[in-house]
Amino acid sequence: MKEDRQTLNRNLAQMLKGGVIMDVTTPEQARIAEAAGACAVMALERIPADIRAAGGVSRMSDPKMIKGIQEAVSIPVMAKCRIGHFVEAQILEAIEIDYIDESEVLSPADDVYHIDKRQFNVPFVCGAKDLGEALRRINEGATMIRTKGEPGTGDVIQAVRHMRMMQSEIRRLTSMSEDELYEAAKQLRVPFDLVQYVHENGKLPVVNFAAGGVATPADAALMMQLGAEGVFVGSGIFKSGDPVKRAQAIVKAVTNYQNPKVIAELSEDLGEAMVGINESEIELLMAERGK
Amino acid sequence: MKIAILALQGAFAEHQQMLHKLGVETFLVRNLADWQQQKDGLIIPGGESTAMTRIMHDQRMWQPLQDAIREGLPVFGTCAGMIMLDRNHLATMDMEVKRNAYGRQLGSFYTESAFADMVDVKMPFIRAPYIEEVGEGVEVLSVLDGHIIAARQGRQLVTSFHPELTDDTRVHEYFLNMKSGH
Repeated sequence: MKEDRQTLNRNLAQMLKGGVIMDVTTPEQARIAEAAGACAVMALERIPADIRAAGGVSRMSDPKMIKGIQEAVSIPVMAKCRIGHFVEAQILEAIEIDYIDESEVLSPADDVYHIDKRQFNVPFVCGAKDLGEALRRINEGATMIRTKGEPGTGDVIQAVRHMRMMQSEIRRLTSMSEDELYEAAKQLRVPFDLVQYVHENGKLPVVNFAAGGVATPADAALMMQLGAEGVFVGSGIFKSGDPVKRAQAIVKAVTNYQNPKVIAELSEDLGEAMVGINESEIELLMAERGK
Repeated sequence: MKIAILALQGAFAEHQQMLHKLGVETFLVRNLADWQQQKDGLIIPGGESTAMTRIMHDQRMWQPLQDAIREGLPVFGTCAGMIMLDRNHLATMDMEVKRNAYGRQLGSFYTESAFADMVDVKMPFIRAPYIEEVGEGVEVLSVLDGHIIAARQGRQLVTSFHPELTDDTRVHEYFLNMKSGH
């Protein structure tokens, strides 16, 4: 039964592929995202850029606010809980969320253990910055992975670094001989069967999205060309000058990610992109939370 | 034979793998230029129908696809693909489809049931729709708990479930063999 759920939850992530998942804070924004062609929305009280600015402890959003967004749209609704905070996850399951993001964007509740995600019927997506982190989260029951990137910055460099790292480690595993896999599993601190899966298939056993710092159609297409199967856009849309136009452009850039002519057209007259923070100006590296 | 697979958003790669396993050539359709290629059929995959609708309209693909299907191009829609063919979307099939008919992700399920003259077909339902009502020209191919989950009208085939997520190739073979229509 639990295995069935795992499969069905991996399957939902497969349906999201080639799509854009957008952070929204109000039912109105959720409707804008859906109309622009988002394949899902992430409901949260404050987008990462504002969480960063506000400081302090950042927690799961008010369930009432999340329900308001569930009622506003027909596409899947995701929400974030703190790393290791399994009661916040239980609450999100109780309100029938479609996907839980156990997220480093919020303040971690546990600095040792992640949530045992296999105890839940709802699916989880988790952030990772390398293959070891990705496979550890999958082993704990995550049915979708995303790069951590650096949320709320509008700077794509960390997402690029994490995606490149994962892809090169995957390539390394596929080129190994069978008897080298045991040592690889030990180094990655993950079970042998997951390493063997990557060795044989050349990819993660679950869908892998890009997240953290995507702000333009070109950023989104860059992540797709680097091997992402879809894109999360957090602060990049509703912190920009013309959210409707930018949202639509990013959606089409992900579909046509291999077509520079189309992306060139999409990139015209988008108005102000989010101002962003340069990587070297950041005091708080969210990607260092939860390994 | 060459089958076009609509690749605007969703699980198009899984359909492609399934057809390759059956030895059928495919190509992905991401925009109007891709669509112009010679084809013997079309698959509209699972994903989000709102996203596909938006992108199809923006890229001026709505009318060409609708025309081709009306002129007899065989088409197979799974899940969101079923929604795309109903009266409120491309309107090429005479049916009313209910979105998210089984509720949110917690309502997703797997079962094995009858489809056309086959038994024990593997059926994953992911936030699936079902058909609420069909017109006269529509042949019902599968019913689950009183709801229509697969149907056919001429050369158009739709399923609520996702055969492309399983190793059961029979529904795709049914699609490839129904080119003659009726």
